[in-house]
Amino acid sequence: MGINDILVEMKGITKAFPGVLANDQVNLTVRAGEIHALLGENGAGKSTLMSILTGLYRYDQGELAVHGKKVNFNSPRDAIAEGIGMVHQHFKLVSTFTVTENVAMGSDSWGAILKLDQIEKKLAAFSMEYGLQIDPKAKVWQLSIGEQQRVEIVKLLFRGADILILDEPTAVLTPQEANDLYIVLRKMADEGKGVIVITHKMQEVIEHADMVTVMRGGKSVATVPKDYTDETELARLMVGRELDLVHKIETGAPGEVILQLQEITAVSDRGHKALKDVNLIVRAGEIMGIAGVAGNGQRELAEVITGLRPISAGQITINKVDMTNRQPLDIIKAGVAHIPEDRHNTGLVPNLDAYENILLKHYLDKDFRKGPFILWSALSQYTQTLINKFDIKLSVPEAPVKAMSGGNLQKLLLAREISMEPNLIIAVYPVRGLDIGAIQAVRGLLMEARREGKGVLLISEELDELFLLADRLAVLHEGELMGVLEVEKTDIEEVGLMMAGKKGVKGCA
Amino acid sequence: MRLITLEKRMSPIPMAGMVIPVISIALALLAGGVFLALSGKNPLEIYFTLFQSAFGSSYGFSETVVKAIPLALCALGVSLAFRVQLWNIGAEGQFYMGAMAATWVALTYPEGSRWVVLPAMFLAAAMAGGLWGLLPAIPRAFWKVNETITTLMLNYIAIFWVDFLIYGPWKDPNGYNFPLTAPFELGATLPSFGTSRVHYGLILALIAALLVYIILKYTVWGYQLKVVGESQRAAKYAGMSIVKTILLVMLISGALAGIAGMTEVAGITQRLQQGLSPGYGYSAIIIAWLARLNPWAILLVSFLFGGLLSGGFSLQSMGLPAASVYMLQGLILFFILGGEIFNSYRLKWIGGRS
Ligand SMILES: Nc1ncnc2c1ncn2[C@@H]1O[C@H](COP(=O)(O)OP(=O)(O)OP(=O)(O)O)[C@@H](O)[C@H]1O
Ligand SMILES: [Mg+2]
Repeated sequence: MGINDILVEMKGITKAFPGVLANDQVNLTVRAGEIHALLGENGAGKSTLMSILTGLYRYDQGELAVHGKKVNFNSPRDAIAEGIGMVHQHFKLVSTFTVTENVAMGSDSWGAILKLDQIEKKLAAFSMEYGLQIDPKAKVWQLSIGEQQRVEIVKLLFRGADILILDEPTAVLTPQEANDLYIVLRKMADEGKGVIVITHKMQEVIEHADMVTVMRGGKSVATVPKDYTDETELARLMVGRELDLVHKIETGAPGEVILQLQEITAVSDRGHKALKDVNLIVRAGEIMGIAGVAGNGQRELAEVITGLRPISAGQITINKVDMTNRQPLDIIKAGVAHIPEDRHNTGLVPNLDAYENILLKHYLDKDFRKGPFILWSALSQYTQTLINKFDIKLSVPEAPVKAMSGGNLQKLLLAREISMEPNLIIAVYPVRGLDIGAIQAVRGLLMEARREGKGVLLISEELDELFLLADRLAVLHEGELMGVLEVEKTDIEEVGLMMAGKKGVKGCA
Repeated sequence: MRLITLEKRMSPIPMAGMVIPVISIALALLAGGVFLALSGKNPLEIYFTLFQSAFGSSYGFSETVVKAIPLALCALGVSLAFRVQLWNIGAEGQFYMGAMAATWVALTYPEGSRWVVLPAMFLAAAMAGGLWGLLPAIPRAFWKVNETITTLMLNYIAIFWVDFLIYGPWKDPNGYNFPLTAPFELGATLPSFGTSRVHYGLILALIAALLVYIILKYTVWGYQLKVVGESQRAAKYAGMSIVKTILLVMLISGALAGIAGMTEVAGITQRLQQGLSPGYGYSAIIIAWLARLNPWAILLVSFLFGGLLSGGFSLQSMGLPAASVYMLQGLILFFILGGEIFNSYRLKWIGGRS
């Protein structure tokens, strides 16, 4: 396949779901040798378009040609046969199997299972060729998120895919890992493969993509070579109006201590110490940021505070009341809102509808129940208010929320948590997967919460965001707090060093 | 070379709730028919007789309803447990414990009036059945001990315990040494409609279905069951207690089966005897599945299965063992479970591998 040959040509692709036109006359052309970025707001129709290309959905109207051949796939199998492969946001790996075994399963022919050592050799070859380093014998659960993603990519290469689609691949990666990923993707493009990347990060597009297609409201509004555009124009194309990208920096007015962690130690699911002697204070009216490379105890920290994970030593105090190892319900009643990392199965229930998902934190609320009965009418009114206020796009509230786009799902969760009038908000990667408009909205909401005197614990992997929002920053490294810093008196460099394990000089606050 | 493969479906078949059970039953009848034909009978004739004797006369019809009552109560019970993914297959034992407790009240207070004795029997049966459901729920809730095995084991204990009572301490001295208790006094019997054997347990079954429906659709507790059944992690996150839910669901599940046992001794046999249940608690599992845990559908399916049981006796006159009915039931379950997969997958003809 020569460079610049057209690999995928979509013309006027239209796909309707009950109540929404998810794709409306979309055009997309992907050539061999290019990294093609797909940009668009939450619910713009990106995932739907890629689901059509990978054979999960059939399109209603339009034309799709792959390798110059007209197709309308009946199943993912058909798409795979045409060399199309996708890395989903949620990896589909068997965590107790080794890398090789996972690749063998992905190759979809039973014979492969029997030729594990041959696969191992091939894996080694891929590692050399693309710089995709993975230990073929490692079990998947031992791998970091970035490594797991590499396994997914190798699976596609192994099946001989030459059209690769990645859905928000960098959302879960550290900046370093994201860079490594793009190096790999570039190598593959240079080999004549076509790479499609869905992303919300414009900086990434500018740095790494060749072509950009922007989607808005189900339509493809523009396809431009990246050299002829910039972040501002892309943002305007995405949102359909000028976007105010500058933020008013405001700081908090810290008041009383709301949350106090003393010498907290906790064990992770895998049985090792995930938190070691952590001391932390969050005050009313401040945003306390937690920086650190993902997987250094952030998730456990949030779970410990919200009562989802017991601690083996230490003390947790919320509003001056000892809350050590109390039940999640007690913590909720104490006014703690929680935006968990895993929104799909923890924060939300995918098979329930929007009303029932809002009810998840209100089922004990006097406003929504009368004796043992649920006040469905009050609940549906309230849900509707939230949908309007937070501009959540969904087909109908009665549909299972799993049909909502990733970003809108997150908005629904945020809307519920922020509106329950908490006095402490634990936000874990709250803007992951959100478009720039929604990110602005969420940041605005967190700042508003601070203004109202709520305490916010913001766990984020984006230093820019932490510097923008937080008043103080604590850095986690391998479950240990490296130090607590005043944002005013530190810089990205110092925080970066601490993230890598260097202890802060200022000690713990 | 593979000619047919399974592909994941993005959207479930419309009306899957109706289509799959109906097709499963049809396939079960077909497979059963082949079996009957092989054993030299005419399947059509046999199915006709079965249908005729179950629904074709007023006697047959009333017998069908009589069988449907305990089936429906047990199935409503297990359906609650199934909703939160607790595989309670112990309705049979819970039924026997209910019958046993009701009998104890009846034998202990032979002089009592109906207005006192019957409610006492009802409560005792609900408590005993509930306790028998709670027993396996405790290790399940606290130590994740698989409830499928424990509930099954408790069935045998309950049945043998009742056997012990009716062969021993509770045996009717005037019963010619048969394994049964003395007949209940009038105060311990459930009245019937007219001259039929259809007793007031029917009303209990209807009320139970209505209650289950209301609980699931309109109450906070029903909502909690839904969340726990869908995702335990989300339930924990929302502050719901998984332990409490498991204990309570199994208690109620067992209580419903226990009540079924009470209606059977008070309404039909009017004494405790061996072989009280022809496997109501096991059929209830199939009924609950077939009805997709919907309480109204459970009533309907129980009626059909009641017909299968009552009609089944007529098969003996045609030279077939009564157990053929259980074979049919088994086939139905087999095909529904098999059919489940088509809810999320579809068959695809690929005409050889490329
Ligand atoms: N299976 C489905 N059934 C009904 N509606 C759907 C389904 N899948 C997607 N939609 C709707 O189609 C629209 C486009 O969704 P899609 O997931 O393609 O958006 P997206 O661009 O990927 O957004 P995000 O950035 O938030 O992931 C949304 O309004 C969504 O609610
Ligand atoms: Mg998406």
